[in-house]
Amino acid sequence: MKQGRVVYEAAIHDVTEVNGKVQLQDGRLLDEHEVEWLPPIEPKTVFTLGLNYADHAKELSFTSPLPEPLVFFKGKNTIIGHRGTTVRPHDVEFMHYECELAVVIGKSAKSVKKEDALEYVRGYTIANDYAIRDYLENYFRPNLRVKNRDDCTPVGPWLVDAEDVEDPMNLTLRTYINGEITQEGSTGDMILGVAELIEYLSGFMTLNPGDMILTGTPKGSVDTKVGDEVITEIKGIGSLHNTIVGE
Amino acid sequence: MSKIKMKLKGIEQLKEGYLNQQEVELNNEKLNLSQLNFDNPISGTLYGTVLNYQGEYEALESEMNEDPYKAPPQAPILYIKPINTFSSQDMPVPLPSGEKEVQIGAALGVVIGKTAKQVKEDEVFDYIEGYTIVNDVSLPYNSVYRPPIKQKARDGFCPIGPWIVNQNDVYDPHHLDIKVFINGVVRQENNTKNLIRRIPQLVKDVTDFMTLYEGDVLLVGVPENQPLAQKGDRISIEIEQIGQLNNYIVDEEDFYVSEVK
Repeated sequence: MKQGRVVYEAAIHDVTEVNGKVQLQDGRLLDEHEVEWLPPIEPKTVFTLGLNYADHAKELSFTSPLPEPLVFFKGKNTIIGHRGTTVRPHDVEFMHYECELAVVIGKSAKSVKKEDALEYVRGYTIANDYAIRDYLENYFRPNLRVKNRDDCTPVGPWLVDAEDVEDPMNLTLRTYINGEITQEGSTGDMILGVAELIEYLSGFMTLNPGDMILTGTPKGSVDTKVGDEVITEIKGIGSLHNTIVGE
Repeated sequence: MSKIKMKLKGIEQLKEGYLNQQEVELNNEKLNLSQLNFDNPISGTLYGTVLNYQGEYEALESEMNEDPYKAPPQAPILYIKPINTFSSQDMPVPLPSGEKEVQIGAALGVVIGKTAKQVKEDEVFDYIEGYTIVNDVSLPYNSVYRPPIKQKARDGFCPIGPWIVNQNDVYDPHHLDIKVFINGVVRQENNTKNLIRRIPQLVKDVTDFMTLYEGDVLLVGVPENQPLAQKGDRISIEIEQIGQLNNYIVDEEDFYVSEVK
């Protein structure tokens, strides 16, 4: 099942996907343009992986493997839904998208082995983890000014049940700018896969239901301009739209 | 006498009261501090700041033009303590197995009172509810190049409280003594007068790119020479005009057993 949260007629609705339509709890079917999209869950802790695809790390001139996985957190200020807008500050040179598989935790996880880790996953969605590289500094890098800006992390549209995703480690990711494909990769190229990430993180802290792990992006991050429509898409999970706007 | 907001264990909503030394006036009744069990008074996201005390900054300054930093920092250097770390007055802090010591991070926490986005420096205090004490516990780390998640984000690594003191009852937040006691002995002393970015500038620079919401907390920083604590140690962080946050260190196994109890 695919679940979402939308605003329709001034109320928040939990919805499901039926034949490409949005179904309200009372059975009414709506077109996706008739509703305002919220993130499919309100996450508590949001983990983000940096440099978790070998080709992307190389693209950013990181040649040797990291001593530890690069993990950072996000606040709720940065999370927005499908078909939202994200601001490009007027004075920046390089603002790029990052198409990422987002894993939503379903039950409390502490010291979980990778063999059992996928049992702790409730489902999957898509995140576009925008970065503004002009603001990158080498202190707690990537610093929050790059990665935790308001409205810079679109998530959605759907949360897809884990049981409906046959193999999360074999999904094609694609990004389109104004209809042109600019990024293509496979979740199979992650350095630490979904199960390994849950093992790693739960090895030193408790993961809670509703926590979300953004698993990193493959190579192909290019600059986005005001007015661009950016679509981040993962096969079997969905297609997340966002538009870049000026200040 | 100071106006405080507190969360008492087993009660969902925050209570308002007045603090007078060792007494809290609550619902027109005077109670001794020892009669109350304080829970974490914070509901939002907790952001920390590093390199915001002069001494801490100066200790790293000679390396700032070298690898991996390459240049001195421009924006405030922030991090997030996730909710699994949150804890409260009198709760144990786990010492992870295989580790000898944890580092004590004594911080003044600025509690946000209403949605703050692109706030002007001279209006910052309109957005502040009050102040609390936060112990940003960490395993020792010696680089600020990467976010030290494995050191800082462990369960129980962030006692908060015991209460929030209303900002009107804090005479000058840039002139507060901070002391850390371990087993009753002073192990660290500093003062918020040594902040590089004072609260108005810090909140302005942070809300310039990210919104802070009611209930969020922004730590002004942790002073240099953070003391280390071992299993069995009693930790007390005292901040003038705010209060005293008390915790103790236990083995990780005992910590998880105490949670179940």
